[in-house]
Amino acid sequence: MGEHGHGDPTESGAVIKAGDGESGKYAIDNPGLPPHRPRVADEDPKAEKRSERQVATLFLISIIGTVIFFIGYFAVELSEDLQALRLQNTLLGVGVGFAMLGIGLGVVHWAKTLMPDHELVEDRKPLRKEAERQEAEQIIDDVLEESGIKRRPLIRNTLIGAAVLAPLPFVLTLRDLDRSEDFGVERMRHSMWDEGVRLVRDPTGTPIRAADITIGSAMHVIPENLREVSGHAARLSEKAKAVVLVVRMNPDDIQQVTPGREDWTYDGIIACSKVCTHVGCPVALYERHTHHLLCPCHQSTFDAAQEFKVVFGPAGRPLPQLPITVDDEGFLVARSDFTEPVGPTYWERGSTDPEGDYNA
Amino acid sequence: MKALSQKRRHPFAGVALLLLGLLITGGLYAAATTINQAQASQEADGYSAADVDEGERLFVANCATCHGINAEGTDAGPSLIGVGAASVDFQVGTGRMPMQMHGPQAQEKPRQFNDEQTMQLAAYVASLGAGPAVPDDEYLDVDQGDPARGGELFRINCAMCHNAAAAGGALTEGKYAPSLHGVEARHIYGAMVTGPQNMPVFSDSNIPPEDKRDIIAFLKTYDSQGTPGGFSLGFLGPVSEGLFIWTGGLAVLIAPWSG
Amino acid sequence: MSATTEKYTEAQYLEAEQYQPATRTGRITNYVDQRVGGTGIVREFGRKIFPDHWTFMFGEVALYSFVILILSGTFLTFWFDPSMASTRYDGSYAPLQGLEMSTAYATALELSFDVRGGLFMRQLHHWAALLFVMAMSIHMLRVFFTGAFRKPRELNWVVGCALLIMGLAAGFTGYSLPDEVLSGNGLRIIDGMMKAIPVVGTYMSFFLFGGEFPGGEVIPRLYVLHIMVIPALILVLIAVHLFMVVTHKHTQYPGPGRTERNVVGYPVGPVYAAKAGGFFFIVFGILAVISGTFQINALWNYGPYDPSPVQAGAQPDWYIGPFEGVLRLMPGFVGEIPLEFVIPTPWGGNSVATPVLIPMIPIAVMFLVMFIWPWIEAWITGDKKEHHILDRPRNAPTRTAIGAASVTFYCIMWGMGSNDLIATHFMLSLNDITYWSRVLIFVGPVIAFVLTKRICLSLQRKDRETVLHGHEAGVIEMLPHGEFREKHTRPSDYELYTLVAFESPAPSGPQPNAKGKITRTEKLRARLNQWFYQDRVEPVSREEYLEALEHDHHGDGHEGGLEATDRRSIEASH
Repeated sequence: MGEHGHGDPTESGAVIKAGDGESGKYAIDNPGLPPHRPRVADEDPKAEKRSERQVATLFLISIIGTVIFFIGYFAVELSEDLQALRLQNTLLGVGVGFAMLGIGLGVVHWAKTLMPDHELVEDRKPLRKEAERQEAEQIIDDVLEESGIKRRPLIRNTLIGAAVLAPLPFVLTLRDLDRSEDFGVERMRHSMWDEGVRLVRDPTGTPIRAADITIGSAMHVIPENLREVSGHAARLSEKAKAVVLVVRMNPDDIQQVTPGREDWTYDGIIACSKVCTHVGCPVALYERHTHHLLCPCHQSTFDAAQEFKVVFGPAGRPLPQLPITVDDEGFLVARSDFTEPVGPTYWERGSTDPEGDYNA
Repeated sequence: MKALSQKRRHPFAGVALLLLGLLITGGLYAAATTINQAQASQEADGYSAADVDEGERLFVANCATCHGINAEGTDAGPSLIGVGAASVDFQVGTGRMPMQMHGPQAQEKPRQFNDEQTMQLAAYVASLGAGPAVPDDEYLDVDQGDPARGGELFRINCAMCHNAAAAGGALTEGKYAPSLHGVEARHIYGAMVTGPQNMPVFSDSNIPPEDKRDIIAFLKTYDSQGTPGGFSLGFLGPVSEGLFIWTGGLAVLIAPWSG
Repeated sequence: MSATTEKYTEAQYLEAEQYQPATRTGRITNYVDQRVGGTGIVREFGRKIFPDHWTFMFGEVALYSFVILILSGTFLTFWFDPSMASTRYDGSYAPLQGLEMSTAYATALELSFDVRGGLFMRQLHHWAALLFVMAMSIHMLRVFFTGAFRKPRELNWVVGCALLIMGLAAGFTGYSLPDEVLSGNGLRIIDGMMKAIPVVGTYMSFFLFGGEFPGGEVIPRLYVLHIMVIPALILVLIAVHLFMVVTHKHTQYPGPGRTERNVVGYPVGPVYAAKAGGFFFIVFGILAVISGTFQINALWNYGPYDPSPVQAGAQPDWYIGPFEGVLRLMPGFVGEIPLEFVIPTPWGGNSVATPVLIPMIPIAVMFLVMFIWPWIEAWITGDKKEHHILDRPRNAPTRTAIGAASVTFYCIMWGMGSNDLIATHFMLSLNDITYWSRVLIFVGPVIAFVLTKRICLSLQRKDRETVLHGHEAGVIEMLPHGEFREKHTRPSDYELYTLVAFESPAPSGPQPNAKGKITRTEKLRARLNQWFYQDRVEPVSREEYLEALEHDHHGDGHEGGLEATDRRSIEASH
């Protein structure tokens, strides 16, 4: 048994409950600041000179950096050749870098080696003095008293009412952030797909002959009438609902067909909305042997052979399937619009039953 | 008749007959599978019988364990009838085949066969059934391609798996889409027409050869133009940038304080 | 104030006019002083003391990055046009020539390829943004782990939290401006998350995008937020933050000469100003070199925004990573049962996007707890004192462990945000990483908590041992009776003081209130207090220390003593 340690640590005198006043008696009394250790440059004039030269050299490097920047800016011609751009970018970066680092390191080196390095002590002022607090409290009381707000509840209450209502006009003016004519949630239920609308390739806009699609193909498709939409923004917004992925697999590989959807595919060709039902990224990564569709944003995985059912990841619903067939010329066309809203779930979406008659 | 009967006894006669039989089978197969409308491999004619023969020898020695002695496929590997010369050219030419071991997908590695052997294997497989042929040089000439159009096609059709900077990306269950930096034009083309591993097929009716050339032109432009902003940090976008600032950036910030 | 009080004498009013400066400095300062009264400022700040420690620099780094952000950002606004109007690109970058795109994207490309220094400034702006949020995060971790948020600095901690949120907002709005495929899909995700919010979500999305996603309005709106509203808020918050730092004076680490009543450090003039000012140039220089040599956000790769394309490795900037990760982590189905459901209503039902909403909960809770942590901790510990001396993290084991658990939680979400890249680079299955992370997100923080706490307690024991026995000298000596033992050297009092000058409060138990009753909340508080303080190591007491000194003189054996004390101190708390 050792000799020390017979004092019970809970009674050792170093035990202080948090919040009970002065912080305490420690085992060792505060010895005060350690004695200042002089630096080399404090005692050796040679070292001091050397530091001085080092600082000046760093400032000179800074000047050189600025020159490098000028060279990069004026001597390098920008063209379609990106190597020139890279060279210029490097020269500008290194130039500014040297210019700044030269100053910064120089000043810090100066401070560290040549400026006094005595640590100083400053007392903390109490945040407030009792006399001042009393005075301030008195002022507040006087102000409240003189305004009479406490004595006149009618004034107070009407003021509060007015102040609550006054900002509303400014909130209301935000209403016109969306000035669309078809304002409301109803527009989210429709896309440009409709009976007989041809499926065309994105971005070329060429129609697709069913016979041209090889087994194992994946095609990125838009409705043919999308190009008729005028305006870049309107076209993108329609496209955001209408993008479709078409894949073809061996018809025997299709494992699941919901009653009522028997005629939604054509000879192993199957089409779905590309907009993820999770938060809307384009689901475009198709694996042709597993028939899995992967979303690169959050990795929801859908099985094309099972009507795009979710097999992994955060998506909560299958991708909406687009009913397709071929027209007289053998080109793929839609049989109808999607039978449910595409994209992420929203509050007003309602029943996910594909048999639901929401399109009516 | 004598000449013919003599030829019948020719050492290659059996092979030729087999070849004929296979060609007919392959042709019938191709005719039967109207869906699989890849280019018929008249190019098989472009290979000499000797190539096909040597190819078969190589095939039996190196590939038959998994793909079957007649390339009919086994549990360990798919049938190669009708996959075409382009498929062999891609898989063997990039070293993916023969596979070292079974995994989620075949890995690229140093190739095991030289150009000639690869061509011979391709000749043999092409002789088995119609399939996509090795691309014409005309469609590999990037100078004729339009990189801007190719870039657009690339972003729509390829970037989702291969990444916008062609740096590759993850697929499900350990599969991945490889980086396309420095991949030979013929292999890019071959991958598009054959759809190796789980990659979808981009047949010529989907992306015409000229468009494929545009895509290759885009990738080659991308390869040659370099990265104007400095080191690329692996083309991985925000993740590598974040990692860099948290490691390199933090280290150089703390460094001046250690002095 | 009553008007009759004579506060100032006639002489005081005349002093300034009669003063004749003798030196040149005197003349200049007198000129300024007579007009705006600078004397007070110089007196207040000229020799104000700031403690110096490398962990105190991250707040500075954040401030400096913000200055650099404003400088480079202003440059960018001269060329960038946030319009979503369609245009055809005809700039220098060949692979995009002739494509239809928004003016925003076209001008972002123009300033990268055709404006000299534009690419450099854009990269500088982006790297500075990453550094800005990183420096703020590390600064906040430093403040948390050292307990600098305690009274009287609770409000400043809240201001700091608000600054972090503003930093995230500034970063995200900026990331979205170029209108390419990567950031466009980022906005698409924001749209999807907004729509998941019950009742108001769909309309929030409509109002942000000016109609259906993506519309033609969102970029200019984000631009106004990014260059005006958010920076203005950040500036105001920084001003408040710094004002409070000056009011409170800086905290300091425990050590010889340092007390709760003083500040030990260097005066602003000249040393601290030189170091801090120099450090601004160092940060600027480092960022400039990085921007010149490392490419960031190569937006020409992504192409103009279009709802159809997407790219593998679609990720946000690092600070949004955890938000992305937690979305990836959440399963949409448990077995075959979808988590998403519809509330049947007469008007056709309302949908609840549970897989999007659930991940928002831990994030919201994390931020809420972060904001009010100073009050939570003060309530649990019952500590109402002012603290200007920092805790060494080991001396607050439970807090440090809570911090480590939170960091672990954050990092797992963060890692999940890049699970696809982890999969490709470590040859793992994406799905396996996700499955494991779903377990790890619950288990990881617990492991981190236990481990960190044990490490803290061990370090405290090590400190005790150092105080009682000194440092191991690395010299083995043989005693006359043949025993071998290692020589120990006793550290100086300056070093020892740092090791003993801390408090290790014992659990306080429930305290009755004014009416003498112990309320239910008080019981809860006492239980939490017990959990917070039960595992503890005492600092060496004066008796123990004197005894150890005594013991040194006798030169007797060392065995057993410390461990026994220690064990008792742990046991006593249970």
